[in-house]
Amino acid sequence: MHNKSLSELSASLHNGEFSSVELTQHYLDRINAHNDNLNAFITVCDDRALEQARAADEHLQQKTAGVLAGIPLAHKDIFCTKGVLTSSASKMLSNFISPYDATVVEKINAAGMVTLGKTNMDEFAMGSSNETSFYGAVKNPWDTNRVPGGSSGGSAAAMAARLAPIATGTDTGGSIRQPASLCNLTGLKPTYGRISRYGMIAFASSLDQAGPMAKSAEDAALLLNEMAGFDERDSTSIEHDVPDYTATLNESLQGLRIGLPKEFFGEGLDPNVAATVEAAVKVYESLGATVKEITLPNSSLAVPTYYVVAPAECSSNLSRMDGVRFGHRCDNPKDLEDLYTRSRGEGFGEEVKRRIMTGTYALSAGYYDAYYLKAQQCRRLISNDFKEAFDDVDVIMGPTAPTTAFALGDKTDDPVAMYLADIYTISTNLAGLPGMSIPAGFVDGLPVGLQIIGNYFDEAKLLNVAHRYQQETDWHQQTPAAFK
Amino acid sequence: MSLDKTDIEKIAHLARLSIDENDIPDYTRDLSNIFTLVEELSSADTNDITPMAHPFDAHQRLRDDVVKETNQRELFQSIAPKTDAGVYLVPQVIE
Repeated sequence: MHNKSLSELSASLHNGEFSSVELTQHYLDRINAHNDNLNAFITVCDDRALEQARAADEHLQQKTAGVLAGIPLAHKDIFCTKGVLTSSASKMLSNFISPYDATVVEKINAAGMVTLGKTNMDEFAMGSSNETSFYGAVKNPWDTNRVPGGSSGGSAAAMAARLAPIATGTDTGGSIRQPASLCNLTGLKPTYGRISRYGMIAFASSLDQAGPMAKSAEDAALLLNEMAGFDERDSTSIEHDVPDYTATLNESLQGLRIGLPKEFFGEGLDPNVAATVEAAVKVYESLGATVKEITLPNSSLAVPTYYVVAPAECSSNLSRMDGVRFGHRCDNPKDLEDLYTRSRGEGFGEEVKRRIMTGTYALSAGYYDAYYLKAQQCRRLISNDFKEAFDDVDVIMGPTAPTTAFALGDKTDDPVAMYLADIYTISTNLAGLPGMSIPAGFVDGLPVGLQIIGNYFDEAKLLNVAHRYQQETDWHQQTPAAFK
Repeated sequence: MSLDKTDIEKIAHLARLSIDENDIPDYTRDLSNIFTLVEELSSADTNDITPMAHPFDAHQRLRDDVVKETNQRELFQSIAPKTDAGVYLVPQVIE
């Protein structure tokens, strides 16, 4: 049951082969059996999920159910979910029962899907290994001594272990694509503004974007159909038509122009990962694509630019966590200043504090031009590189991450080393472009992701490019032995 | 780039964050390393480059000034640490 695609699940639900309640119970049983080991979920919504499943079953019986009705899903704990703990994996919000639904949650509920629970993540999405969570590290189902990647590590581990048929994630600097790469999943970060940010707990507002984490490109397309669209409650939401992302999945790749940026294949890339990515590109050539080397000359600026822009925006966004209206409040504050500083000092973890302080310093009087303004100018240079590249190519390909999954604890003492885990994913967030990671093979039993970057609003093209590869290969169908 | 203890204390104050005295050496080292990374930006030629704040240089949308949302004070205050008679309570500020 848990290896079926969304289309297969939908067909089985619609023809009465099994009910949504049975399907939901199957996944709840799997979560119950494996979550103690993996720590993928912060909250499991047993009763609520079965209630949603019963409602979906009624629609299915009355033939009024949509294509995804009755299919279970897991939400990253960054999406506000009415009446459910929404912690963003922080002590600060460990008592926050959201009074409203994020737009993404609202739309997925309206599609009749069943929320199994809320997945673990790096605290406030700040991390690349899921080790900064207040609720503890998540383990990679492919090797439980290793990280699943982050920040959407709980969604990634849940998917890899088949504890959910599909999941949501968010990606500010690689937080969907990097864990998808490390856990053998298909993850899509759409164009900035494609999916509403309303009710998605903000980290860096000019970079944050939600997306699907799935078993295949076809499944990702089905969920993106529900997630995408304009929302007047998000001031940066884009008014742009939403196509049916499943309609073009099978289009031919004959004549597809692929660009390989030479900067993505240089120093720091594991040679075995490079060979795996090159082998994947060969498959595309056999499907009729042409390949050329391109250059993104300002790539080396991406990580330093990001570590000004993202912390600056985070220091501003997280100022709302002040112990006054919601969230953690310290005991016996002696005055207002003490209430603010102690609530925040106790509520935030180490990495979040580091980023708030980095951003505060970068924005402080006398340093704004040297850091923030300079970083915004470098952001333009990075974006211009992509503009030029897309004059000559349709998609850009390369590795998603420089290595396979690293060991738990490996990089926790060196923040800068951790930041370099996102070296190939960050630039697309800065430019606002859509990017994907798809399974491309294994090195020493650990998954390797192929990254595919497209032009603005080319999600349908990315999904088509990913889907055709998945018709030729079966990497995406492989699952870790302990979670069959 | 090298920050010192005074810098860290000043930044923590600006950010309204209490930090443990024992953690200051770690923050000093980590933030210094982060800003050393960031200083790689100074090598980029950004003369005449317009800063990019948003991928689409979007403008603020306007909407009709009509009431759509209903008042949900009780719901929102039900998760507040401390309220009384519809207001949020904090330690006394004015004598």
